[in-house]
Amino acid sequence: MSGYYLSILQGAGLTITVSLASLLVSIALGLLGATAKLSGRRPIVVLATTYTTLIRGVPDLVVMLLVFYGGTIGLNALMERLGSETTVDINPFFAGVLTIGFIYGAYMTETFRGAILSIPPGQMEAAWAFGMGRTQTFFRITLPQMVRYALPGFTNNWLVLIKTTALVSLIGLQEMTYLAKQASSATRSPFAFFLFTAALFLVYTSISLWALRRLSRRYSLGTRQVVH
Amino acid sequence: MNWDVIFEASSLALYAEGVLTTLGLLLSALAAGGLLALLMALGLTSRWQWLVKPIAAYTYVIRGTPLLIQVYLIYYGLGQLEWIQARWDEVWPWTYFKNPFFCAWLAFTLNTGGYTAEIIAGAIRETAAGEIEAAQAMGMSRWQMLRHIILPSALRRSLPAYSNEVVMLLQSTSVASAVPAMLDITAAASRIYSDFYLPFEAYLFAAGLYLVITFALVGLFRLAERRFLAYLAPRR
Repeated sequence: MSGYYLSILQGAGLTITVSLASLLVSIALGLLGATAKLSGRRPIVVLATTYTTLIRGVPDLVVMLLVFYGGTIGLNALMERLGSETTVDINPFFAGVLTIGFIYGAYMTETFRGAILSIPPGQMEAAWAFGMGRTQTFFRITLPQMVRYALPGFTNNWLVLIKTTALVSLIGLQEMTYLAKQASSATRSPFAFFLFTAALFLVYTSISLWALRRLSRRYSLGTRQVVH
Repeated sequence: MNWDVIFEASSLALYAEGVLTTLGLLLSALAAGGLLALLMALGLTSRWQWLVKPIAAYTYVIRGTPLLIQVYLIYYGLGQLEWIQARWDEVWPWTYFKNPFFCAWLAFTLNTGGYTAEIIAGAIRETAAGEIEAAQAMGMSRWQMLRHIILPSALRRSLPAYSNEVVMLLQSTSVASAVPAMLDITAAASRIYSDFYLPFEAYLFAAGLYLVITFALVGLFRLAERRFLAYLAPRR
């Protein structure tokens, strides 16, 4: 019995890996999307807006199944057309990470766009006056300041993202939820295993919340706080 | 791409059943969850700590754990308990636990109840002090104040956040497809995928259905906001 708990605990490692890898993808896509939306060039803005609108209107699970099952067939069709005999299987880890990253990239786009807009324009103008280029301004002026404005939304997205990783169990990745389901069908005592998994998720989200709150305090050091 | 199969009568019928299940689940969970949320929000904003603490703990746990596990806990977990097993053949209301739709509905109700309670409680806490002072100056009792001033104002102001929660819940209903014998839109797509081995077409069509429902919901909430939040809109 305790062996099952141990294996679920080991699955926690995979849950953490999947969530962090997805987070990296979503941050990259979010920064890209936010700059695209603020670029002011019509085709790029339309493209980014379509991305964020479509993604937020379709369930995560449907996108995941589409990428996992559709991706396998699509890749194999492509290989066949290229004249290859081998068949490929999409790895559930990559399908999961890419899908979750792609979905939360849309949410991050909105968070980052709002954060960039919150930075006083004088900051950017001052950087240009100093002769900084566009990239230099972005990395030295915009990025460090937008962290503070982006943190509340970012925290929210991260917590939702953690909980979404449970869905990759449905495409066969052996993380906590998958192992709990397996343990419960083997022992016929699902209640305890699911409760245990839920508790592990709660620990993960609680630690994240605590850490991000500290980070948020750190990044608001320079701001004036009105005491009530 | 082979869309002919999707547009055959039998496939469309399957999707139609899926849409009905999804909408039924969404609306029934919103109704029961909304009622639960209102009660919990009143508890959360009350003066009694013995009431605030357990409700706050409840919403924290609900919001900190994945919905899929909550569904599993109710569908697989509760059915395992001997206490329920001894009753679910004849004793009402435990007979419901044999019904997959009921289990999914219960999980979604408890879930959306937790999220919505925090939204409404937040709106109640942010009620402008002047509104409450004016009510007190009119000599209203606590109950009168709640019924005529605080709730009408707070419920209106929670509309924008609530519309997000409703759209999120619609997306979440796809998780119900993890319960065997639940035929929602996602499960219908999965069945068509496994019958015809056409994942792109099956899931893209499902995605389109969800998009249409999402846009309809967003449109409805926009109308509701224009009606109920007109007094907060910028003056023209």
